[in-house]
Formats: sequence, structure tokens, C-alpha cells
Amino acid sequence: MAQKLVIIGNGMAPGRMLEELFEKAPGLYDVTIFNAEPRVNYDRIMLSPVLSGEKSYEDIVIHNDDWYAAYGVTLHKGAKVTEIDRHARTVTSANGITVSYDKLVIATGSLPFIIPVPGHQLPGVLPYRDLDDVDNMLRIAEGKGRAIVIGAGLLGLEAAYGLKRQGMDVTVIHLMPTIMERQLDPAAAYLLEKALGERGIDIITKANTKQILGNDKVEGIELEGGRVIEGDMVVMAVGIRPASALAKEAGIAVNRGIVVDDGMMTSDPNVFALGECAEHRGTCYGLVAPLYEAARVLADRLTGGHAEYHGSVVNTKLKVTGINLFSAGDFAEAPDRQEIVLRDASAGVYKRLVLKDNRIIGAVLYGETADGSWFFDLMKKGTDIAEMRDTLIFGQSYQGGSPLDPMAAVAALPDDAEICGCNGVCKGKIVSTITGKGLTALDGVRAHTKASASCGNCTGLVEQLMALTLGDAYNPAAVTPMCACTELGHDDVRRLIKAKGLKTIPAVMQELEWKTSCGCAKCRPALNYYLVCDWPDEYADDYQSRYINERVHANIQKDGTYSVVPRMWGGVTNAAELRAIADVVDKFEIPMVKVTGGQRIDLLGIEKEDLPAVWADLGKAGFVSGQAYAKGLRTVKTCVGQQWCRFGTQDSTGLGIRIEKFMWGSWTPAKLKLAVSGCPRNCAEATCKDIGVVCVDSGFEIHFAGAAGLDIKGTEVLGLVKTEDEALEVIVALTQMYREQARYLERIYKWAKRIGKDEIRRQVLDDLDKRKGYYDRFVFSQSFAQVDPWSERVSGKDKHEFNPMATVGYSAAAE
Amino acid sequence: MNWIAIGHIDDIPLRGARCVKTPEGKIAVFRTAENEVFAIEDHCPHKGGPLSQGIVHGKAVTCPLHNWVISLESGEALGADEGEVRTIPVRNIDGQLSIALESMLVAAE
Repeated sequence: MAQKLVIIGNGMAPGRMLEELFEKAPGLYDVTIFNAEPRVNYDRIMLSPVLSGEKSYEDIVIHNDDWYAAYGVTLHKGAKVTEIDRHARTVTSANGITVSYDKLVIATGSLPFIIPVPGHQLPGVLPYRDLDDVDNMLRIAEGKGRAIVIGAGLLGLEAAYGLKRQGMDVTVIHLMPTIMERQLDPAAAYLLEKALGERGIDIITKANTKQILGNDKVEGIELEGGRVIEGDMVVMAVGIRPASALAKEAGIAVNRGIVVDDGMMTSDPNVFALGECAEHRGTCYGLVAPLYEAARVLADRLTGGHAEYHGSVVNTKLKVTGINLFSAGDFAEAPDRQEIVLRDASAGVYKRLVLKDNRIIGAVLYGETADGSWFFDLMKKGTDIAEMRDTLIFGQSYQGGSPLDPMAAVAALPDDAEICGCNGVCKGKIVSTITGKGLTALDGVRAHTKASASCGNCTGLVEQLMALTLGDAYNPAAVTPMCACTELGHDDVRRLIKAKGLKTIPAVMQELEWKTSCGCAKCRPALNYYLVCDWPDEYADDYQSRYINERVHANIQKDGTYSVVPRMWGGVTNAAELRAIADVVDKFEIPMVKVTGGQRIDLLGIEKEDLPAVWADLGKAGFVSGQAYAKGLRTVKTCVGQQWCRFGTQDSTGLGIRIEKFMWGSWTPAKLKLAVSGCPRNCAEATCKDIGVVCVDSGFEIHFAGAAGLDIKGTEVLGLVKTEDEALEVIVALTQMYREQARYLERIYKWAKRIGKDEIRRQVLDDLDKRKGYYDRFVFSQSFAQVDPWSERVSGKDKHEFNPMATVGYSAAAE
Repeated sequence: MNWIAIGHIDDIPLRGARCVKTPEGKIAVFRTAENEVFAIEDHCPHKGGPLSQGIVHGKAVTCPLHNWVISLESGEALGADEGEVRTIPVRNIDGQLSIALESMLVAAE
């Protein structure tokens, strides 16, 4: 029988430990996790990009619910453990869950330190530790205003930068004379302070907070000496302390953190501690790399191994876009130490190496950090640098002969050189995984090796390794920019529109730093669609950013005339409609009438100026636009179904009409064609449509991601539902998911290939809450979209589109 | 120059175009985001697409038929495509627009 492993805490360290554990010995333990936060394991290092709007929560999830399910892990979310009973070997949470254990891992992390000055309990005083803190900050930041950050360490500065990006004025208060004094020497700190100042972040050093001002919420702070700074938010980023109280109450040895030996074992042999709550050889670590090393050791111990953790040398990088900063080791001055310094003021470069006994013991790099991993490697290995001392500071390229280009420098790294500090991945592992697994994309390397999957600072190095390993087979432009106006791809633009709440095309172009003044014919229609989709109630559709067909609601033909396709619900018509069409054809001398592939009638060769009059006549017979021109819902093709057909199993015509009446008018990333067949003989050809339904006796089989155009592809089966109502709900939810996620002009089959059909099935079929959410958002959007564009224009909208501005002729008698 | 009044600048949407019909073919009159006005033949050098129906961006228009990009200033095709369309002088006096045509054309009554 499997032993019971209970883990208190669901941060990055126990997450990594479990990955190692399941790889080594799947099924050895029944695992139960208590997470005080109400969510899954996410990448805490990436909170700063979430705060600055450069990433979303979904982007930083490490293990989703499926992962826990796949390994049979019981995850109690929002369950804070309040008691460990070491004699009964049980833990109990505040919400009353008691679980017994054979082995217990305490991974409670750390608590932010809140300076107990007067006013520290006011609403608006926030720590910066988890996603809730980020959400709180973003909520306050919506009102813009001023933020005060106390503490100019790594976290404080990242918070300041994020809040600045959110549009707040930011002041950083720091007690010490220079910022990041634990990682930077004064010279580098000065350069950093200047760079942050240029980004609009005020920094006040040697400033001690006397009190936080305000009655029922934060209004500012007062410094020692009386200076007052106004603000709507105070972020405390002055340090952390290990969360060791729970262990202490249980009688486990605690110093500053929970004391562990080299096997991560506490004073109780059945209890281990991991992460920021643990104290190993007198040190508590707060960075992810050493915690991951310790996680590997613990996983080994839990599977009967004898691995030992000997402590770590750590390095630091600041995640502020555009600032390159690297620091590692010890760089305090001492008589037995020497230093090598390189300054290039005009290039903004500063490098300092601290040496002891011909070995590097500390390094600070500012402005140019490419050699950081090389210096760090020399430091960790204790390499004797006597022979290259003269050129050491210039970096790896200058060692041993002629300068190397950056690619050659990476090629020259030994196999055991560490590339990814966060995850402890060395060069050899990356290269062998690329060749072994046949990887060609960065995402694949991240998935298989974890390299560059955490803070992402080593992404450049990993890409160079891929280029070296794969040669020409490597295509670094994995993210294709939307167009020449921007470096960003469609996915980033869509995400940032939501994250930054951008609601007009000029706002998108301003905030996302478009390179052209008003875009181009590629990006403008895409942006217009994204904004229509994301803000259906607030965004004013920009017709000048639509293709001509969508602007005038007809299809332009090669000779500049237009074709008109009225909607024929489900392909069903009648004598009155046909008569009205015949009359229109006669009256306007329409040269061609053609039946379309979507079971409708196309009137071709109409002059633009005649369009409103044609529509007026069609409208009188009850026709609305068939949107045969739209990146939107086109047709729902049907067969005659149960009502007539001897094989029909359901009312396929009725369902098709119902779907079409529900969904007409919606804009989608690319055209969207549907069909409903009444039996598997499939006369409506539902299995090559974007979305299709094949009726069977037991219900409705829903298909999607077919194609019958440039590509030919049969559909995938999404699943079987029992009722028409459910079929409609699933189809609508699928459409909305596609609307929200796909790139402009990306048909549903291409999108589905990217996202994965299992994921789509999970979200719109299995997860009822998600399905309902998509459905509701579609319905909301339809309340603004279902307006017949033809009748609007018959009543005079956009008149200028249909008439010439002026007509000039020859003069009878020129004056 | 034979200046012919064609209407007011506000008759053309920003980043949009209208056309003027003449016996010698249509002329497309553009108004950019910066309120500049340009006139060119409404006929793409590629396959004759009506340029007045394209998307206007910067000082260029993208043809609605095959996405050629035509400079409104010079009438030349931009990018890798080669071709040119005739430009027509436009005058803007307090928003009143006129175009200059070489032949003896006047505004029709």
C-alpha cells in the first residue's frame, strides 16, 4: 500500500519536489496538499510581470488541476493548516480537514515583514507576496494616483516598476543610503537608481518611515524629519521571515527558520521542511534556485536515496524590462580581497569582480550581463583564474586568443555549465534533450527541461543553444509579429488589450508602442475585431478599420460591383421570398443569380450606389443580411431531417434555424460556417464545417475544426449531448472560446490545432462553469451585435459610403 | 489650372475616401488621420481595383482586391510591387476642396 505523504504549502519548491518524486517513483505515495491560497501552484517569480501587465495569471500557472488529477494528488485549496499532531501523525486545517501522514513536508514559505509603524493596519497597506497582493494592487492602481513602495530591494523595485507601468506615480522609500544594498555595490546601485529615475520612479534613500497617514484608508506617509508624501497605496517590501510558527507549536526545532539537516529532515525524522520556511546550515534562502536544489534532494530522500544538500551560491537578476543587472556572491570590501572594475559611462556599463586567492567570490554586472553565467560558473567551481586575470573582466569572448562571437562563446561553454539558474539546468542536459526529443521550438525545450521556464532571463542563451544544436532547422521567429507596425504577436496583443484595459485602436497603438502612426491594413482590422470582441458594450466599432466588404455589407467583385446574399435561415425559403428576389433582379437588372454552397441565393453585379435600394426592397420581404462577406457567422446548412427524411433521427432543419437565429450577427476571428445533418449519412456535410452537428438516435454529436477550402480536413468529435438545448449551449460556448482566443483570420481548425482539442473539450464540454461563462459572454455580446446592417443603411447610416462625393462633366461653355 | 469644386473635407470620413465621377473615370479623394487630402485615379495599377474602397493608413491606401499598397503622395506602389497611378492636384481652402483637371471639366449641375 502506498504511504501517505502530506505537504503543507503549495508553492514552487514542493511543486518541483513532487515533479521529481513522480518521475523517480510514481505511485509510491498518496499525496495530499494543503494550500492556504485558493488556487493551484503558480510561478511566484513571475508576479512582477503580472503586476506590470506583461503576463496574466494563466500564463504563470505551473501545475493546473489536470496535473493534480493525473497524479492522484488531493489538493485542498484555501485550506490553511492550523495544527500538526506529531504523536497521532495528523495535520488539521482551519476548515476542519484532518489527514494522517507517514511523511510530512512543511513548505509554508515565508511571511512578509510589515513594519509596525502607526497606521500599518490601514486599508491600502499591502505586502507583496502572492497573487492576492497583486490583485489588490491592481485594483487600487485602476484609480491611478500615487503609490509608495517601502523598501528598494529586488521585490520593492519590481513592484515599483509594475505599478508605474499600470499608470501610477511611484515613490520608493529606502532606509539605506543605496538601493539593493544586499546585491549591489554603491556604483551599480547609483546606475540603477538613475535608470529607474529615467523611467519616472522617484527614489528617496536614507528615509525612515515614521508613520502611515490616513483615517479610514491610506493617504500618505510621514518620514522621520517630518517630510510628508501623499499616496493611495503603501507597498511594504522590506523583507520576509520564514513561516515557522506552525512547526514551532508542534515542538519541532526552529531557529530563524525550521532547522533541517543536509537531507532536509527536521528534528522529527518523519517531518521535512522545504522552501523559504527552512533553515539549512544557518541560512534561509529566498530565491528559487537553491530551493529547487533542495527539492531534488528531498525527492531523493523520500524515495530512499541518500542525496545531500550542501547549500547554494546564489545569483540575482532584476526583472525590469530594459534594465540588465546581475549580481552574485559576496562583494564587500576586505583586506584579503582584490577587485577588477570596468566602467564605460557612456555605454552605461559597469562590471566588478571580487577576487580572493585568485578565485572569483563576487560579481556585479550592470548594463551588460551576457557573461553573468560564465562568471557564476567560475565562482561556483572555484576555478583558478590567475592565467586569464588580465582579460577576465572582458568576459569569456576574450579568453584564449581572438574574440569569440556570442554564438561561439555559447559553443565554448562546457557541458556542465549552468544555463538556467532558476531550475539548475546545464548545457549538456539541454542539448541532449533537444536532440533526443527532436525539439524545434523554445516551448518544447521549456516543457522538457524547465530551462528558461521560470524567470526567463536565460531565454537568449537557450535560443543560442537551440540554434547551435539544430543549425538551419531552428526558426527563432516562433512569435510572428502581427505586421510590420509592431514586434508583438497576435496573442500578446490580445492579452495586453485585456490586461491593460485598452479600449480604442489609438490606445492600443500608444500603449503597445506601435511603430506607425495609424497602423496598416493588416493590423487595423485585427485590432478592431479584438476590441469588438473584448468590449462589446464599450467599444465603438471603427468602420474605417474594416475591409470594404464589412464596411458596406456586401462582397466586392473584381469589376468593383458588389454581390448581395440575403439570409435564408437554415437554407429554407418560400414562394414569397423567391418572388421578392425575382422582382429585385428584374428591377435592378441584376446580371447573375446563383445558388451558393451555403444554401442561399447570391445576386451578383450590383452597382454600389444601388445597394441601399436593393436592400430596401429585400427588407420589405423580410430579408436581412446574410453576412456572406463577414468574418463572422455565415450559414448554418441543414438537411431536411426527421420532418421528411425516412432516415432522419432529429429535427435537423429546426435545430439549424435555431442556431442561426441565435448566432447571426456575431463577429468571429475568421468566417464561421456551420451545418446540421439529421443522420450519419450527413447530407448537410457537417463533418467538414467549422462546427457541425450530426444527429443520432441518442442525441446530437457535436463536431468541430473541419475545413474544406485551402485545406481539406474532416472534423474532430467534440462529444455527444442529449438535448437540443445542450447542443446549442455547447456550440455557443465553443464559438465564444474561439472568439476570445484565436488570432484574427485564424480559422477554427488552425486554432484548435494550436490549443489542442482535449483542452477545448475540457473547457466547453466537461467544465460546466466554464461553459456557462462562455455562453453568457456570447449572449451579452449578441445584445449589441444583432442589428441588421442592411436596414440600418436603408435608414441612412453611412450614406457617404454609397454615393459619389461629386459628379463632374464636360463644360458646355467654359468660362 | 482648372479648379473644380468637389465638396467639403467633412464629407470624407477621417482615414477614409470618397470618389468623384468624371467622364474619364472615377477619382478617389482621400482624407488621412492628419486631415491631409489627396486625390488619385480610382484604379489600382495591378488589376484596376477601386482604391477608394481600401483601408487608409498613414499616407497610403491598401487596395481592396489584392492588398497592393499605394502611396497617396506619389501614386506609386509601395513595397515589392511595381506600378503607379496618376495623382491629381487637390486644393483645400478652409475645408472647401477642389481638384485640378487638365481637360475642360466642370462640376455638373
